[in-house]
Formats: sequence, C-alpha cells, structure tokens
Amino acid sequence: MIEFTIWDILRNLLLATRWTIVLSLVSFVGGGVVGLGLLFLRISKRKWSRSLAKYYIELFQGTPLLMQLFIAFFGLGLFGIDVPAWLAAGLALILWSAAFLGEIWRGCVEAIAKGQWEASASLGMGRLQQMRYVILPQAMKIAVPPTVGFSVQVIKGTALTSIIGFVELSKAGTVVTNATFQPFTVYGLVALIYFALCWPLSKSSQILERKLNVAHRNH
Amino acid sequence: MSLIEITEVRKSYGENEVLKGINLDVEPGEVIAIIGKSGSGKSTLLRCINGLETISKGSISVAGAQLLDDEVHLKALRLKVGMIFQQFNLFPHLTVGGNVMLSQMVVKKTAKPEAEKMAHRMLERVGLEQKFDAYPDELSGGQQQRVAIARALAMQPMALLCDEITSALDPELVAEVLAAVRELAAEGMTLLMVTHEMKFARDVCSRVVFMHQGRVHEIGRPEEVFANPQTPELRQFLGVH
Repeated sequence: MIEFTIWDILRNLLLATRWTIVLSLVSFVGGGVVGLGLLFLRISKRKWSRSLAKYYIELFQGTPLLMQLFIAFFGLGLFGIDVPAWLAAGLALILWSAAFLGEIWRGCVEAIAKGQWEASASLGMGRLQQMRYVILPQAMKIAVPPTVGFSVQVIKGTALTSIIGFVELSKAGTVVTNATFQPFTVYGLVALIYFALCWPLSKSSQILERKLNVAHRNH
Repeated sequence: MSLIEITEVRKSYGENEVLKGINLDVEPGEVIAIIGKSGSGKSTLLRCINGLETISKGSISVAGAQLLDDEVHLKALRLKVGMIFQQFNLFPHLTVGGNVMLSQMVVKKTAKPEAEKMAHRMLERVGLEQKFDAYPDELSGGQQQRVAIARALAMQPMALLCDEITSALDPELVAEVLAAVRELAAEGMTLLMVTHEMKFARDVCSRVVFMHQGRVHEIGRPEEVFANPQTPELRQFLGVH
C-alpha cells in the first residue's frame, strides 16, 4: 500500500483550493453585477419590475442552494442540454448570491433618509442622478460590512458544488479520503483551509462595521 | 400672468382628501406665508408645487412649466422653483461647497469652475463663505439651513418654497435663518413659506394664507388677517377671542 505524507494530502487539497477561490470570486462578482440589477428593479418606480425582483429574491432565498444546484445541473440536462459541472456550479451560485446581495443592498439604500431623495429631487435631479451622486455614495458605506460578511457565505456555499461533481476543496477532500483512508486528518485540513479563507473576511467585516459606526461620520 | 398658478387642486390619500380645491395665484416678488394647524394641508400644498406629491385633480404651473408626473416636466418645473426643508437635508457625504455645486454640475451641466464661483457667491450671500470646505455635520443647525438656502439659490430659481424651515432649530438659531430669508425677500425673490413664525409673517410677508381642513380659509394682507380675522377658526388659531 502507498503511504501518503501529510504534505501529499495538503498539497492536493491546496491545489483544489484554487478552484474554491475561483468559484467564490466568480460567484461574488457575478452575483454582485446581477444583484445590482436586482437592486435597481427592486427600488424602481414601476410596479412590475419591483414585483419581478421581489419574486426572484423570494424564490432564491426560499429554496436551498443545493436544490438550485441540482436543478441547474440535472434540470437543463432533461432538455438535452449537457451542462458541465463548473457551469452549473457557477450559474447557480451567481444567481443565488445575486438574490442575497440585491436584498442586502436594498436595505442599505432604504436606510438613507427620505429627505435625501426629496432634496435631490427638488434640485432637479433625475432618478439615476439621485442614485449615482446622492444615494449610492452614502448607501455604499453602510453596505460594506454586510457585503463582506456575505462573501463568507459564498465561500462556504461553494462546498455544496462538490455534490454535482465540481472538484473544489470539499470534493478534493472526499477524493483524497478515498485514497488515503484518513478521513479525520483530511477533513480536518479541509476545515482549516476553509477557516483560513473565511476568518480574515469575517474579521474584517467586524472591523469595518466598528470603524464605520464609531466614526459615525458620513464622509 | 402670475408666476405660480394653483387652480382647483385636490389631493387625496385613499379616502382621505387633504386638499379640497385650492386656488392661489402668486405674483412675482410676493412673499406668502401659509399658516394653519397641523393636518390642514399646508405642507402638502407646498410639496405639490414642486412635484414631491402628485395631485389628484386641478393644475399647478410655475412660470409656464406645468406640473405633470414625468421626469422631463418635473425637471423643468423644479428648475424654476427651489425648496428648503425643515430637516435641511444637506448631502452629508459632500462638503458645503460640494452641496451647493452638485446640482449645478449634474442638472445644469455647468462647468466646475463656474459652479464653484456660483457656490462661493451664494454662500457669501448667506454669510457662510468661510465654511466652503466644511462638512455639514460640522455646522450648527442654523448654518446648515443657510447652506440649504444657498444650495437652492445656486440653481437660480424664480421662486423658493420654504417648508417650516425654522421648526427644527434651537430658538437662538432661528433669527439667523430668518434674517437670510428676509434679505431674499428684500431682493425681490418670490417666496412661499409654511411657517409658525407669526411675527415674521406679519413683518415680511405680502399676503398670508390661512389653511383649514384642506381649504384656503382666509387670505389677505398680514395686517388685515392678523388684526381682523374674519372666521372663528382663524381667531381660534391666532388665540384672539
């Protein structure tokens, strides 16, 4: 039987960690772009676009990410579309992140006093100008801590994609366990790597929150 | 032609009609105080004039710009009439100068140097030249309100709407804001102000409008309205029996 050193295990896990990071980045950035679109739909003056965004968000927040992954992976397969695991994983995570980011950001925009909308409107600004020059600069400051905090959820969410066969950190852990028969060591290392990715983010979210609150200044 | 023409304006929130057919014409240079109990519709009327509230019936126009509920018409209207709020509503992320420059550059597409020059001039007018680089939260309430006045003036409106602009101020700060408004009135600016400052209304305004239950209940020159109120409601409001 082949002997595996800790380094052999760790090296393989770290190689797979790259994919966890890539998938997280893709989901977060893609989710951010779609989420920004959702935000604008959600606070639009038109009722249909508000409803559309609302139903989208309710659907994606009201079903498990795992089901969304299954549907993206197997569902499209039913129509004869062959979806590779990486595409299904990326797509499902982007749509899922978008729902949460859109809703987080809506809360931040709505936290801005109504008077700011009224004052900018009374000066003749259109809705997009109000958003760009008055509302978003203020909302963004409030949005930083929860957004960074949510990125931790995205990283942990990528672990689920192992189920549809995307080889990221969790899947690599299973593969390595099957070869080494050392589940405790392997999954212990997997957990440590996740922790090393997530902890700095949670911590910085907390620090940012404190910083922006204590200063209590809007500039 | 009057500068501001308010014709048969009605406004309802659901079943509740808050404006029940308002008619009011304002000539250029007039200073009008709108007084009345809370809930009489005076703030709503003011907010309708620059389209912060939609109206259910009737029409409002300012120097020929009609109040219609689309962005193009609203913008045209708002370029003619500025508004100052009870809560100042300065943009907290911008400096005083930035507050006064923003809408000039964004809405009127004025180049930055001109906008800056205008901002200096308007801040000088309200006595806050030296605060150009300060942030709003470094100023007192009275100073913030004067910046708000400068910000509205920088858009060169033909009329200003003042919605209880001294109500959120400590008593000792009221005078400085009223002094700025008094100066505007003296320079011939058309002003419509919802106010509880009866002495100011008496001294400065050309007409006083008393609103009661969504209607213009009494209207006239301040000396008539205050010295000789015609209706029991106004007598009660003024506390004379």
